[in-house]
Amino acid sequence: MPKPSITVSTADRVFYAGNNAFLVLTLLVVLYPLIYVLSSSFSSTDAVISGRVWLWPVDPSLRGYEAVFTHQGILRGYYNSFFYMVVGTTVNVTMTILAGYPLSRRDFKARNAIMMFFVFTLIFQGGLIPTYILIRNLGMVNTRAVMIIPVALSVWNVIITRTFFQSTLAPELLEAARIDGCSDFQFVYYVVLHLSGAIIAVNALFYGVVTHWNGFFQGFIYLNEKRLYPLQLVLREILILNEIEQSMLTNVDLEALEARQGLVELLKYSLIVVASVPVLIMYPFVQRYFVKGVMIGAIKG
Amino acid sequence: MQALFSTAVSDRRAAVQDSRQHAAYRALRSWQRDLTVNYQLYLLVLLPVAYIFVFMYIPMYGTQIAFRDFLAIKGIWGSEWVGFKYFAKFFDSPYFVRVVRNTLEISLYTLAAGFPFPILLALALNSALGRRFKKSVQMVSYAPYFISTVVMVGMLIQFLSPRIGFVNDIIAALGFERVLFLSEPALFSSVYVWSGVWQLTGWNSIIYLAALSTVDPELHEAAIVDGANRLRRIAHVDIPSILPTIVVLLIIQCGQIMTVGFEKVYLMQRPLNLSRSEIIATYVYKVGLVSSFPDYSYGAAIGLFNALINLVLILAVNRLAKTITGQSLW
Repeated sequence: MPKPSITVSTADRVFYAGNNAFLVLTLLVVLYPLIYVLSSSFSSTDAVISGRVWLWPVDPSLRGYEAVFTHQGILRGYYNSFFYMVVGTTVNVTMTILAGYPLSRRDFKARNAIMMFFVFTLIFQGGLIPTYILIRNLGMVNTRAVMIIPVALSVWNVIITRTFFQSTLAPELLEAARIDGCSDFQFVYYVVLHLSGAIIAVNALFYGVVTHWNGFFQGFIYLNEKRLYPLQLVLREILILNEIEQSMLTNVDLEALEARQGLVELLKYSLIVVASVPVLIMYPFVQRYFVKGVMIGAIKG
Repeated sequence: MQALFSTAVSDRRAAVQDSRQHAAYRALRSWQRDLTVNYQLYLLVLLPVAYIFVFMYIPMYGTQIAFRDFLAIKGIWGSEWVGFKYFAKFFDSPYFVRVVRNTLEISLYTLAAGFPFPILLALALNSALGRRFKKSVQMVSYAPYFISTVVMVGMLIQFLSPRIGFVNDIIAALGFERVLFLSEPALFSSVYVWSGVWQLTGWNSIIYLAALSTVDPELHEAAIVDGANRLRRIAHVDIPSILPTIVVLLIIQCGQIMTVGFEKVYLMQRPLNLSRSEIIATYVYKVGLVSSFPDYSYGAAIGLFNALINLVLILAVNRLAKTITGQSLW
């Protein structure tokens, strides 16, 4: 009979080594493309087009960033996206709490009916063309409003938020507040908002980054005036359609054709980095919250 | 006697009616009471309900243009009713088989390749030694989820470029021909699916990690006492305890088999790969909004056809979930 031991058995030692190797491999596979982009963005034009960048920047230079920050279209897109993100996320978070709190109250009689009204939209939608006709009839095509109002609320976020309220707001809290003469409005304002830092962070991250900053569809369908373009539409022109208005590149010497195309390739890498900055800034702060958020959402409410 | 009998019947009828009325009355009263007591809750939820009504339900109502010859000047109601004309047009069109086939190919491939990796990663992370190591792998592997679709496709174009892409540099260094990944129709689904695996595996593993974190440590302790090594504990403790999660997620994904997102496919399309990259969502956009004669009704009919299939699929799949796992999705 094998002697039970507290030391790690050979089989386990092999397993842990293999397991860690697998995780290290995963880490490298995920990380390499990101490092490659970052390093390329800090390299020289020549190093990028001749494929000499492998891991670290080659002939370090800031030419790519210089080109990004002097490109009028990119700057305008950055400004527009920032506007859509700040205003849009404020609207989103407000709307989500407005819906999430009443739906978390078990004594709210219309709760199930409203929930069904919401959830049905997850399994059946009118689709692109009828939505487009509606938005055109509302006169929202080519306005800033189209980037905010038609995406004011996501039912998934309402479900997550409602579940969060159900599991964190003890019924006794409401009772105590009521005894003190607190109305529902006051309760939401003075109690609920102060206890929902985590869920506001999760909502702000999903709406802010996923819907607004990274969102492409809304602008693509409803905007055709370049002055309103969010960053993602500008990115598409440069990264995917390879269209870059030469006049937009000011203060840059564009003598040789080869140098110009090389600079465009370099600019693409710098642009990817610059476009991801807001996400990179937010990421460490909300990281611990979004895992929680997904877990809350995973529990059926 | 006769009279007595009929009175009894009418009495009973009256009683039944009375109790019905009473129930209706009581229901009415309790709603009235709720409106008085909870009126502030109704006010809070009013704006979100109005939003959902306008931006979700009005377009649902608008899907009827699929059955009409929609003309903008005549409006939805004024446009002539043509029944299934546009559905027939779609089924007869050579694009029908192509777009349905491509949609199915991409979604089934995504399911087959994309489904196992998050489970594998979650199991590996769960049994990793070293808390900080585990945390860093998690943090890095979630990050690609936050890369926008446009940037993701932009990165693919750079990396796979036959001229300057490092993938092709490696292929060339190994002595093979450079591959035109993005214009070769046969490679479209692979590029789409595997880049998706890279981007989403970490994020999708969160839900399994959450399920694994609820496993009772006593089960592991008992298994250790019985002499089970780590691998056997994964097979006999970890996997069985996340099996319900796996089944539910698998079922949800099966319900979305006719849904492939518009953005990434559209951004990866180019004229040369259209034979394998045109899917229902992109085709609706093209016939409905961008062609030289935007055909709203035709686009709406294709969209409605797809939405109805999705509805049937999700209902069927929910039924299935109920019988297999005893829990439904809603």
